[in-house]
Amino acid sequence: MTGAPLLSVEDVAVDLPTPRGNLRAVDGVDLTVGAGRTLGIVGESGCGKTMLSRAILQLLPRKAKLSGRVRFDGQDLVRLAPEALRKLRARSLAVVFQDPMTSLNPVLTIGTQLIETLQEHLELDQAAAKRRSIELLAAVGIPAPEARLMQYPHQLSGGMRQRVAIAIALSCEPKLLIADEPTTALDVTIQAQILDLLAREQRRRHMAMIIITHDLGVVAGRTDEVAVMYAGRVVERAPTHALFKRMHMPYTEALLAAIPKIDAAPHTRLPAISGRPPDPTRPLKGCSFSPRCRYVARRCHAEKPLLAKAESSDHEFACFNPIHVEAGVSA
Amino acid sequence: MATLELSVSEDVIVASVQRTRRLGPLFWTATGWMIFVFAVAILAPVLPLPSPTDMDMLERRAPVSALHWLGTDGLGRDELSRLVYGARISLTVGLFAPVIGITIGGALGLLAGYFRGRFETLVVGSMDTLLAFPPLILALAVTAYLGQSIFNLTCILGVLGIPAFMRVARASTLTLARREFVIAAQALGASHARILLRELLPNVALPLVAFFLLGVAVTIVVEGALSFLGLGVPPPISSWGSMIGEGRESLEIAPQLAFIPAIAMFLTVLSFNLVGDTLRALTDPRQGAL
Repeated sequence: MTGAPLLSVEDVAVDLPTPRGNLRAVDGVDLTVGAGRTLGIVGESGCGKTMLSRAILQLLPRKAKLSGRVRFDGQDLVRLAPEALRKLRARSLAVVFQDPMTSLNPVLTIGTQLIETLQEHLELDQAAAKRRSIELLAAVGIPAPEARLMQYPHQLSGGMRQRVAIAIALSCEPKLLIADEPTTALDVTIQAQILDLLAREQRRRHMAMIIITHDLGVVAGRTDEVAVMYAGRVVERAPTHALFKRMHMPYTEALLAAIPKIDAAPHTRLPAISGRPPDPTRPLKGCSFSPRCRYVARRCHAEKPLLAKAESSDHEFACFNPIHVEAGVSA
Repeated sequence: MATLELSVSEDVIVASVQRTRRLGPLFWTATGWMIFVFAVAILAPVLPLPSPTDMDMLERRAPVSALHWLGTDGLGRDELSRLVYGARISLTVGLFAPVIGITIGGALGLLAGYFRGRFETLVVGSMDTLLAFPPLILALAVTAYLGQSIFNLTCILGVLGIPAFMRVARASTLTLARREFVIAAQALGASHARILLRELLPNVALPLVAFFLLGVAVTIVVEGALSFLGLGVPPPISSWGSMIGEGRESLEIAPQLAFIPAIAMFLTVLSFNLVGDTLRALTDPRQGAL
């Protein structure tokens, strides 16, 4: 890849003031996404994935404090004026959320929502916008798109709604699509369809995509690079195939082990990760994963490990006691 | 992973679910009464009614007859005619005052709930001040200063309704503004005006309209109370409240003079409440389901 990446997140931290004290939701994250590439961000609930995506979009809650730099297409979004930021978002950013129940406006028809977005962004007239909406709905795999335009979100199933949400997100031809747990609220059979749809549209439109998920299975085979997050920090980052071939961070290993396997014997206990993530308002002195880590050593409690390079320059992890097992999973 | 492509035959989904919600006879009776009252009030000038202000001193407090269907009042004026013309006043004030409330209160609530911050503090604070002020004293002061007229009365009642509408609008805006469809619109670069008008307003309008009908009912009662106290429309114009007030003087001799307008008001207010409640119940499930 040549030139600057489409998106680069540099030392981004997000602080949320809470009644119990300052909550550091995202802590010094560095990431890059090239044009047309896919980054997977993996981690359990409350590890800062969503806050990171909101920080990229500059749509953090009002009280949140953001530091660091978010460079997109050569501009620093953090320092951009509101009107310029709005125009940039309109041209190049879009987001798909976890719950299609709340990500569509309940009182407007699918058609109104799509057509108005198209008119706003592409300056089409009513008839052209309607034709384009029908094409978009057909592209995201909705049967009888013309009839769907007249329907309200509550008349569609969850999978259909998510397809509509994707159609709206794609309507303005974004350069970067952020999918925040796009399949968590859906049936397993629908999940694969939606992920394949996202991958197909991404290839066709050559847009960059960030998939945020708690499921390593979602990320495998559908992303170019994976960043594993824990307690607001990136703890391991690698090209997807390299990560699944050889993971170094015990947390990544534990996440992978926690995916139920179809060929496991019946009634096998799922190796869940014991305990909870640390209280983000009271940061630990050492490694945040140390209380739950199987390989914990004395040093882990005293010092915070920094992201360091592994055998190849694009594989990084933050651990004093890395594991070196071949995971034996092909990406 | 291999996935199943969706291959549903196209004609299956098109038939949208028909809305077959039973509204019940009570709803239809209430709606019927409302339509009847509105029709009579609008058509009053063309109806074959005697003038509501012509006095016939020989026929004071006359009982029901072919000439005076509901009898006459203490000054010999036709009671039915006064009731119909009174409906014009009560309904005009009852409808236009909440329109003032829903417009100004709704706009303030929407803006306060969306922009938050200092603007919200200012709006909520001034509304609390307005609420804390005794409404009757305010009405008395304004009518004493500006004079008694239908326009002044409507304005006072409208202003008094602003805080309630502001609260309804702000409360639903607060919850809606955090919903993901608003954030998705922001991520797509929608302007504040667009988010307020196209994303939030259609959602906030539902509870506001339901509240509007209840506001109409309350306003008719308050207008009646003010007219009863002599602060409402100036005589000889009749409104239901002033008719009850005048009927009070002859309660022992001719109780119907106070009771007939009271029953008309009771039925109309009840109808507005019933229809308002039913409409709110109709619009609620969709909100709950989403």
